[in-house]
Amino acid sequence: MRPAVAAVQRPADARLLIVDAFGRIEHAPRARWLDWLQRGDAVVANDAATLPASLHGVHQRTGAPIEARLAAWRGSEAAQGITFDAIVFGAGDWRTPTERRPPPPALAPGDAFELGPLVATMQTALGHPRLVRLSFAMPRGAFWRGLAAHGRPVQYAHLREPLALWDAWTPIAAQPLAFEAPSAGFVLDWQTLTEMHARGIRFATLTHAAGLSTSGDLLLDARLPLDEAYRIPARTAEMVAARAGRVIAIGTTVVRALEHAARDDGVVKSGDRIATQRIGAHTRLRVVDALVTGTHEPGSSHHELLRAFADEDVLTRATDALERHRYRTHEFGDSMLVIRRNPASRRNASVFGAVSRVANACAARGSAALRETATE
Amino acid sequence: MDMRASSIGDAALRGLCIAVTGGTSGLGRALVHELRSRDAHVAFVARDEDRIARVLREEPGTLGIAADVADKDAIHPLALQLLAWRGGLDVLVNNASNLGPVPLVPLADTECEDFEVALATNVLGPFRLTKALLGALAASARDGRGGVVLDVSSDAAVNAYPGWGAYGASKAALAHLSRIWSTECAALGVRFLSLDPGDMDTPLHALAVPDADRTALRAPADAAREFADAIAAALPHRAELRR
Repeated sequence: MRPAVAAVQRPADARLLIVDAFGRIEHAPRARWLDWLQRGDAVVANDAATLPASLHGVHQRTGAPIEARLAAWRGSEAAQGITFDAIVFGAGDWRTPTERRPPPPALAPGDAFELGPLVATMQTALGHPRLVRLSFAMPRGAFWRGLAAHGRPVQYAHLREPLALWDAWTPIAAQPLAFEAPSAGFVLDWQTLTEMHARGIRFATLTHAAGLSTSGDLLLDARLPLDEAYRIPARTAEMVAARAGRVIAIGTTVVRALEHAARDDGVVKSGDRIATQRIGAHTRLRVVDALVTGTHEPGSSHHELLRAFADEDVLTRATDALERHRYRTHEFGDSMLVIRRNPASRRNASVFGAVSRVANACAARGSAALRETATE
Repeated sequence: MDMRASSIGDAALRGLCIAVTGGTSGLGRALVHELRSRDAHVAFVARDEDRIARVLREEPGTLGIAADVADKDAIHPLALQLLAWRGGLDVLVNNASNLGPVPLVPLADTECEDFEVALATNVLGPFRLTKALLGALAASARDGRGGVVLDVSSDAAVNAYPGWGAYGASKAALAHLSRIWSTECAALGVRFLSLDPGDMDTPLHALAVPDADRTALRAPADAAREFADAIAAALPHRAELRR
């Protein structure tokens, strides 16, 4: 794979690698991703807008330059103010790969960080020299004003240019809660949503505060994802409960939220919660049938999550195919559609395979007809 | 005035989050007051910090954000603050307007730069802000709460008044934009209104027609009531009642 170096959300040549329920791999232009969906399917996306969560400034006690990357919400009602867990770097910026960034000066509770118009106070250390709890003791309006003026979207060294906030917002971005773009949602545009409507594919959103995906530090990365807040609207829970077809998650954050909200009895509950679970090979998925996501390197927490959908040998073949066909990776890269393994696929692969191929062919013909109707 | 319709409208806006651009003077200022009196959560946008502070004193509980909607780079920081306030947005009122050259002059005497400012404020600004907030507005529509955009228009968008070239052409573009948004967003449940408040006794009108007979002009508060009723009538549950 090669990094996607430009901040283009929907490049005309974006590609899609499809892993079907029987472990077969196909390639397609990403713009055609709806052709793998069927009438009655329910698509769920994360509509969190992305915060400008990278704050440059000065560690007051030492005068050392620092960058604080807000990484997770830790409540806004606490007496000490609006509180986050944050990853703190020393001098430098996103142009230096995170693993080569110098550490911050030794940080201690009570330390003040001057971050442009914002002042944060360190509450506690969190078991790693870079991970701290920070709070902003100021009125909410002043905090957001300062963040809007001074914060920049978190970004990494594979990109060529600094990101603008609009680069990091998906078209459906609503409540600003995410610390990194829920970038699987870049596949969505309004035309696609209208097309879904025309094809009888339902659409709903949840809001999940996607945390940082990497810190550049192995020990710290092993702790990711941190606990993440999410909200599921009543209508989304109803749509999932009443689905006639499959549940298609746009992004790993949607998988984490839906599966967390259904952990008791398989029924997705609406409301505000904190997702704490890790999803991997051991996870029995109770809600999500398929996932649209970026292309992830083996070893990342995103890749680990894919193991809940597909067996290791299938994922190895998928990774090989991504490498061989030079798919682009990272947030502005190409995408994968991973359909959850059919439990019968091992026992009876040939029969189910034939049925599935016929069904896919029908679905593809049906959608081609729809497209023709739409352009008349 | 139909008091019954008005009282239904009163309840309809309760608890909704509504943003008004150009909220410190004229129609925008009157809308902030009207919408707040109907128990909506009102955020307003304006360029001048002192005037924002004054409106905040007069309308406690509102949110005032300093931004120029004509500035491309100001739109997302503005949208961030708007959406963070109550966790979303139900209604957007694109009210901030620029008159073009002051005093008004014929097109032949209009500086290109003055026309550009009118287009940036009256057309591109509302386009960019609507686009940045469309995710939240569509989410509000899906929830059956809101999803309404009101673009403030003018009879100068329709009639060819001499001297009103920059303003009239830009408002005509905005009105057309509203109509196209409206057809394209119908399936999303987001509704677009383009309304002309008529000639009002506002600072903008005074700039355009300094010697106007102010007693012949409409009070902005009247237009604000009418607009608030129109927003209430466009809300999802009201739209269902009409079916």
